[in-house]
Amino acid sequence: MIVYLLCFILFLVGIYGILTKRDLIKIILSIGIMGYAANLMLILFAYRNNSIYPILSEGKAVSQMVDPLPQALVLTSIVIELGTTAMLVALALRLYEKYKTFDITKIRRLKG
Amino acid sequence: MIIPYFIIIPLLAAFLITLIAGEKDDWAIILSIIAVISLLILSLFSYITMHTETLSYYMSSWKIPVGIVLVQDALTSFMLVLVSIISLTSLIFSISYVRNLSGDWKYYSLFMLLVAGMNGVIITGDLFNLFVFVEISIFAAYALVAYGGKAEEFEASFKYAVMGSVSSTIVLLGIAVTYSATSTLTLAKIGEQLPSINSSIKLWIGGLFVAGFGLKAAAMPFHAWLPDAHSSAPAPISAMLSGILIKILGMYVLVRIFFNIFDAPQFFLNIFLIIGSISMIAGVFLAVGQWDFKRLLAYHSISQMGYIFLGFGLSTTLGILGGVFHLLNHALFKSLLFYNAGAVETVTGTRDLRKLGNLTRIIPTTSNTSMIASLAISGIPPFNGFFSKLIIIIAAIEANQPVYALIAVIGSILTLASFMKVQRYGFRSEKKADVNGKSIDWKMNFAMITLAVLCVATSLMIIPGIREIALDPVVDVLQNRTLYIQLVMGK
Repeated sequence: MIVYLLCFILFLVGIYGILTKRDLIKIILSIGIMGYAANLMLILFAYRNNSIYPILSEGKAVSQMVDPLPQALVLTSIVIELGTTAMLVALALRLYEKYKTFDITKIRRLKG
Repeated sequence: MIIPYFIIIPLLAAFLITLIAGEKDDWAIILSIIAVISLLILSLFSYITMHTETLSYYMSSWKIPVGIVLVQDALTSFMLVLVSIISLTSLIFSISYVRNLSGDWKYYSLFMLLVAGMNGVIITGDLFNLFVFVEISIFAAYALVAYGGKAEEFEASFKYAVMGSVSSTIVLLGIAVTYSATSTLTLAKIGEQLPSINSSIKLWIGGLFVAGFGLKAAAMPFHAWLPDAHSSAPAPISAMLSGILIKILGMYVLVRIFFNIFDAPQFFLNIFLIIGSISMIAGVFLAVGQWDFKRLLAYHSISQMGYIFLGFGLSTTLGILGGVFHLLNHALFKSLLFYNAGAVETVTGTRDLRKLGNLTRIIPTTSNTSMIASLAISGIPPFNGFFSKLIIIIAAIEANQPVYALIAVIGSILTLASFMKVQRYGFRSEKKADVNGKSIDWKMNFAMITLAVLCVATSLMIIPGIREIALDPVVDVLQNRTLYIQLVMGK
């Protein structure tokens, strides 16, 4: 149980970073942390004590293996997160070109 | 089997455009219009021919626990028709609008990706597949919001991207919890397993999905990104985002998960009702004070989404009918209003209502269609908005929830007030408007007139004979909740 709780705390650290940090790059890093927490949670749900990697070979029973599906899901979600991060960094760079700052409190032409 | 073509056609078009388009955008326009028209024909065909049937398509013919299943029932075909109509008019409107921005094929490629993602979300029967398609469409949306390349657009896109990633991570967490509890990702199979699992885990799953997809639907506590993103995007993209993206990624997914899979637990229906009434009233209050035309429309999207949440939250037959009908109507008139805003911006170069003047002479089509759309959104008979709002209000009274009915009426009156302001200052004031010499071509007018005609025509769907064919099968899918599970599992 304690690992799930720690994992959830990691998730909350990410949310805390997004809500409180003022620097665009730190916000992007916080989103990364949040994504890691979700991936870690998927892997933890698939893990079983004293089990082996899920590759079929002689002398290894299926019942002893960890669940391979979440690992495949995590691969997909890592690729999606890579895309998100690249997109966010590109946007942050364009924002820096326009506003000459990474501070979100100074980037506020939209309001109302 | 036509089911997979709803994903194949737009996805193929998106990548073919990058290959064959040269410097100019002519080929991109032709290809994307062919793709969207074929989608419209396919979706209309399936909507008309299969009323109550449910079809399943097994990808690479892997059976259910192993493979990914695509499901098409009445609700799916209804949403597919909606996506095709709005994306076709949006594309036609885009042609000259986007040439004013840059004249580039990238826009059309991203547009087709947006359509592919939405069609995928609608048609998939697998939870993780749904997540992937949500990401495809929302990625295209981030890029399209920033397409104009101005500082405000990057700012809005960044906000949207941050909120979008937060919501996606929450959804992923929800998927992880679901998988750990049910050991499957097929929606129908999850529905089969759910009654046997612990109720506190059900609360976790439901809560994570409400937060994740509620963020994408821009319901009130999660709405902060919407006014920026929807008002900064190019006008046809605002129409796509406000008209269908928030409904597909937010409302459709929530309804599918909570009605067909979770069997509509009362606790979450109450959350729908509360979220709906808050967004309905707060959205419209924020909208009345706006002077930026598109920002006002964006706040109204929040408010009108509230009506849809309310209709589904009541979960009576009449309430669901109202929700489904209002979903269709809102997509039509809100897209039309965003086209009007785009046309006004093209001609006058501003969106500030205070700087606009008497536009009825200069752009008569825009002015008249905006009148129709304003009357429709404020709920004036005989336009479609009146009937759907009336159904929702009657449903609320029938379900012994007079407070929600009263909130809906107040919201509707305030909507009327804010659109009177739009008409008074934006189109029909005494002041002479400044015009920058650009004109609206026939393609823009065609898109606006089509939607205006549809705004009037869809009000006919309330006539009992037509309603039984057009809307009742859709309502039945949501009313007979667990039938979806049985049909997909093939029992």
